[in-house]
Amino acid sequence: FPGLADVSISQDIPVEGEITVPVGSHSADEDYSTLDEPVKDTIMRDLKAVGKKFVHVMYPRKSSALLRDWDLWGPLVLCVSLALMLQGGSADSKDDGGPQFAEVFVIIWFGAVVITLNSKLLGGTISFFQSLCVLGYCVMPLTVAMLVCRLVLLAGAGTVSFIIRLIVVGAMFAWSTLASTAFLADSQPPNRKALVVYPIFLFYFVISWMILTFTPQ
Amino acid sequence: VAGGGRSGAPAAEWGGFEDNMQGGGSAVIDMENMDDTSGSSFEDMGEMHQRMKEEEEEEAEGEAGAGEEEDGEFLGMKGLRGQLGRQVADQMWQVGKRQASRAFSLYANIDILRPYFDVEPVQVRARLLESMIPVKMINFPQKIAGELYGPLMLVFTLVAILLHGMKTSDTIIREGTLMGTAIGTCFGYWLGVSSFMYFLAYLCNAQITMVQMLSLLGYGLFGHCITLFVTYNIHFHSLFYIFWLVVGGLSTLRMVAVLVSRTVGHTQRLILCGTLAALHMLFLLYLHFAYHKVVEGILDTLEGPNMPPFQRVARDIPVVSNAVLNTTAKAIALTL
Repeated sequence: FPGLADVSISQDIPVEGEITVPVGSHSADEDYSTLDEPVKDTIMRDLKAVGKKFVHVMYPRKSSALLRDWDLWGPLVLCVSLALMLQGGSADSKDDGGPQFAEVFVIIWFGAVVITLNSKLLGGTISFFQSLCVLGYCVMPLTVAMLVCRLVLLAGAGTVSFIIRLIVVGAMFAWSTLASTAFLADSQPPNRKALVVYPIFLFYFVISWMILTFTPQ
Repeated sequence: VAGGGRSGAPAAEWGGFEDNMQGGGSAVIDMENMDDTSGSSFEDMGEMHQRMKEEEEEEAEGEAGAGEEEDGEFLGMKGLRGQLGRQVADQMWQVGKRQASRAFSLYANIDILRPYFDVEPVQVRARLLESMIPVKMINFPQKIAGELYGPLMLVFTLVAILLHGMKTSDTIIREGTLMGTAIGTCFGYWLGVSSFMYFLAYLCNAQITMVQMLSLLGYGLFGHCITLFVTYNIHFHSLFYIFWLVVGGLSTLRMVAVLVSRTVGHTQRLILCGTLAALHMLFLLYLHFAYHKVVEGILDTLEGPNMPPFQRVARDIPVVSNAVLNTTAKAIALTL
């Protein structure tokens, strides 16, 4: 900063005026104002952002809102609820063939990380957390399918219920894959879209498989 | 003239830090473009720093001269403290960013793997089909593409198929989880057998690198995927044996032929190819019998006090791969 080394001000001259730095003051003001607002406003703002993203997943249009303001609240909630619903069997069954909570959690996050790394290595322009955000939010149709499956299983576990569950899970799996492809494939060079879509397909296939083969003990 | 001299000296004092900022490496996880809207003061400092840089560049280009320095003098005590505070925060931001970028570019530099993923879909399809066709010319070295995308996807596909097979056969894993076992088995085979074969190739003076070995073995799993996909759904014993011989045999022959073309000497060729063929074919056998209910009732998993499947067929498998698979599966199961 020029002129800083030998600035000398005498103490008895009152210094007045406005110091407006065109860059910093706006963001500094905003910072203080979000600290002062009531907690309810902060929470509602975050909830609204999460809700808006859920709507984006339900009607997958090409919009940049999901990508720009990424957050991981939605994926966390979805992942935890899916893992809880898949918990299934009683606590003291020794031969529990169903997936444990930690297993589902690890599969979802590890799978999402692998897909993200893969798309970055193939030359994608999307950032790491944006991709995690999209993949996590697109688990929502499968969570809905899990809910439906549990309800259907309450009614009975015969062939009819299996067919219903198969149709529901299949439809939701297709929806998830299409929704995430709509967001992620555009960030790739055009001739490599298939290379990125395949792992996403596999990822949601494994989750759908876990949902479809779930039987409560 | 005096103004020019004055502006030169402070710029040199503070400018020393800026010179060290050059050469920021090639971190893939780009801190500049991170879309965190966290609003922390570091982010603000980053933006301010960017804009100040641009302003300074404009000043340097333009004819700023005396006007700027007169403004600087009349800023007053408040202005002085504010500028000092901003300067300190600015330096802290630069130092922190430099350290973080260096750490990122060191540990999170996945650019190392980027060349191995540089493929087109047509190439992947061509290589998949080629992996089933044994080459005829073994007198000069065959080309192996050092690519990791296809093998990685094939290993994940094998995991998915294995899970399907385990679930439809009601396999009960006691000391682990289904998913952990499947992932551990497939990745353990791919990485472990590749490393072992690379070690043997090193002993036998074969011309093959680690990435090429990984790629070769990975594409060889395509035959396994096909076989298991078909025979997990159609439960005919004889069908499995036919597929095992034909499909498994074709992919093994291809791998063996490529390896032979790159080795000199009869004993070495025999060692390498015998080991690879044995491990590859036996792995397919293991996958079928360990994780799939055999129709003739040999593997009765519904009884109470039975041993877990992968201990049961321990007698059929060579000690090496069994030990590798078991310890890998147990380790993965414990961590999961």
